[in-house]
Amino acid sequence: MNFDLSDESRMLQDGLRRLLSDRYDRATRDAARDAPTGFVPEVWAALAEMGVIGALFPEDAGGFGGTGFDIAVVFEELGRAGAVDPLIDTGVLGGGLLAAFGQGDMLEGVIEGSVQLAFAHGEPGSRYDLSRVETTARRDGDGWVLSGRKAVVVNAPAADHVIVSARTSGEVADRDGISLFLVPAGALDIRAYPLVGGGAAAEIALDDLRAGELLGPEGGAFDAIATASARATLAICAEALGLMETIRGLTTDYLRTRKQFGQPIGKFQVLQHRMADVLIEIEQARSAVINLAGNIDGDDRDRHVSAAKNLIGNAARLVVEESIQMHGGIGMTEEYDLAHLAKRLTMVDHRFGDTLHHLDRFIALSAA
Amino acid sequence: MNLDYTDEQKAFRDEVRAFLDEKLPARLVEKGRAGRAFDKADHEEWHAILNERGWLAGNWPVEFGGTGWDAIQRHIFEDEMTRAGAPRIVPFGLAMLGPVLQKFGSKEQQDYWLPRILAGDDWWCQGYSEPGAGSDLASLRTEAVREGDHYVVNGQKTWTTLGQYANMIFCLVRTSREGKPQEGISFLLIDMDTPGVEVRPIVLLDGSAEVNEVWFSDVRVPVENLVGEENKGWTYAKYLLTHERTNIAGVGFANAGLANLKRIARAEQDGGRPLIRNPHFAARLARVEIDLMAMATTNLRVVSAAAAGQAPGAESSMLKIKGTVLRQEINALTRTAIGPYAMPFQSEAVEGTNEEAIGPDYAGPVTAQYLNNRKLSIYGGSNEVQRAIIAKSLLEL
Repeated sequence: MNFDLSDESRMLQDGLRRLLSDRYDRATRDAARDAPTGFVPEVWAALAEMGVIGALFPEDAGGFGGTGFDIAVVFEELGRAGAVDPLIDTGVLGGGLLAAFGQGDMLEGVIEGSVQLAFAHGEPGSRYDLSRVETTARRDGDGWVLSGRKAVVVNAPAADHVIVSARTSGEVADRDGISLFLVPAGALDIRAYPLVGGGAAAEIALDDLRAGELLGPEGGAFDAIATASARATLAICAEALGLMETIRGLTTDYLRTRKQFGQPIGKFQVLQHRMADVLIEIEQARSAVINLAGNIDGDDRDRHVSAAKNLIGNAARLVVEESIQMHGGIGMTEEYDLAHLAKRLTMVDHRFGDTLHHLDRFIALSAA
Repeated sequence: MNLDYTDEQKAFRDEVRAFLDEKLPARLVEKGRAGRAFDKADHEEWHAILNERGWLAGNWPVEFGGTGWDAIQRHIFEDEMTRAGAPRIVPFGLAMLGPVLQKFGSKEQQDYWLPRILAGDDWWCQGYSEPGAGSDLASLRTEAVREGDHYVVNGQKTWTTLGQYANMIFCLVRTSREGKPQEGISFLLIDMDTPGVEVRPIVLLDGSAEVNEVWFSDVRVPVENLVGEENKGWTYAKYLLTHERTNIAGVGFANAGLANLKRIARAEQDGGRPLIRNPHFAARLARVEIDLMAMATTNLRVVSAAAAGQAPGAESSMLKIKGTVLRQEINALTRTAIGPYAMPFQSEAVEGTNEEAIGPDYAGPVTAQYLNNRKLSIYGGSNEVQRAIIAKSLLEL
């Protein structure tokens, strides 16, 4: 048993932390917000050059990492910096699915930083259910015709290719019968928009679209989708942890410096106790990330996914709401750094399943 | 980063498991599972078995007759003990006084008292709290005045756990009123058979009498029973507290409580289905389990840091709060789970008589345990005091 990072992980962590603290200033974040893609290409290039994308993949997929702890280290640092870069979408989800189905050439482009991906899986009616796919694909000569709607496809505005899930057989919530299609982004009809907390996404209308090629086995994509989603959940949990750490730092600094009634407000016991409770939940969140990272390739993976995502969702809400409250008025302003971090952390509960979804799933998996 | 035990640690765990399989008396396990309190003879029997194996003093160095285990080994041992349903090791002599004597006691004190602790010749209790000194321990007033070769002690201690079994008490006493309150406190070992010592039980709201008042009226204590230097007792007390904090999270207790709760919730019927299928109940149960999964790892992180030589500081305050809140939630859920059978007052659950239980056999001790474990967030530094420690040392507020 050992809770220390390996030397390689520590080097990656140190390097990434330095890179982000050098490069991720307020101007960069504002530029990302104003860009139609939701991020700054120069930062992405720097991440790729440092090997951050490669760290998400094992050696046999062309990377040099790929363990749960590699993912955790990378995303905790991105969270700490409040970064908005689409590493979950291009890397963990898109890259993960490419790796699962042997698309080495395109994956090489992902690791080099030259390819952007999005995973169009969720639909207006699917909420967080991974097997609920109403979009259909039918054969038409040598190709496929896709029909349906895809909802909140993160990074679609920047993507070169979009991986679209569609049903080729079975009923609407069946695990069997889901297939993936690699579609050039230019062929898609998208409605792009910015996201609360940074980044960009799109609604995608597939109206008998004749484009794209089958990725992986026909009707047999569910396990790969579940694996990619589990790893993406780990990533967003670790990102949430990093965000919590930075928010905690801002809030304790504020409690030490803001004076009212003639003393720093951190001298007031009611705020001390509330901040202590926040700290305890952040440590619980760290443990949840460690548990999930350590079990991401194990038999009990899904139970750990749901335990972690539920706990992180609850902790995130506490951290956000308490930190804004303890800051008072300044915590309400867009100008202060907390605004971005709090919004980004709030949105964590809206990807890959919220606290209720995962509580339900944890109960079901525990009963099994 | 690696969540698995090493091969050596796994082998150690197996060794502990085999020992418990063989040596832990089934009678004691049954008594614990039925929720009945262990008496003095139970504890002494189990201590003797552990001492024979050399495993009684898990946190003592080898030179004093301890195991010399590191923090991970201690964790494994405690975990296996709880899993097997063994009585806890009574902490007062072994976990509390022992380390203080090893660090601050004289050679004579070490040579005399430490072997007696291992052999079970003395039953120690702790004389810290007073009616006017709870969370604010340094305001204690029990007074020791030097007269020749003796201290003469007057005052009152309270919340003295298992004091009814004890023949010795280690006390914080006031030897000076100069300077800050912390600077006039001394650490004194008192024979409870000395004239002027009186023990009175305090009946708690669950009906048990595990704590006591201890009164001192002109009690003459030989000066060689002073540990360390006069007026330095506060330092020793703080050192003791850091040792008391091993296993403070109570992960093993929480795991055992959760397993018992699940067993009950599967057996109890609620509207024609097992209670565990009631979605509201299931949701509360799942929240506890999810929190406990994370806390077990938080605990191991602190344990690992301790094994690497870092003394746990305010981290143990975090574990104390989280661990006690979780155990209390499990107690509350268990009380909810047994429904109307929470209501019968069953003194046999506390006293250990053999009357036939009212309702399901698992229901008897539940309400008493719920009530008794309200203490968890009060003792050992209340959870509010722990929050103050966190604010001061981790948050630097």
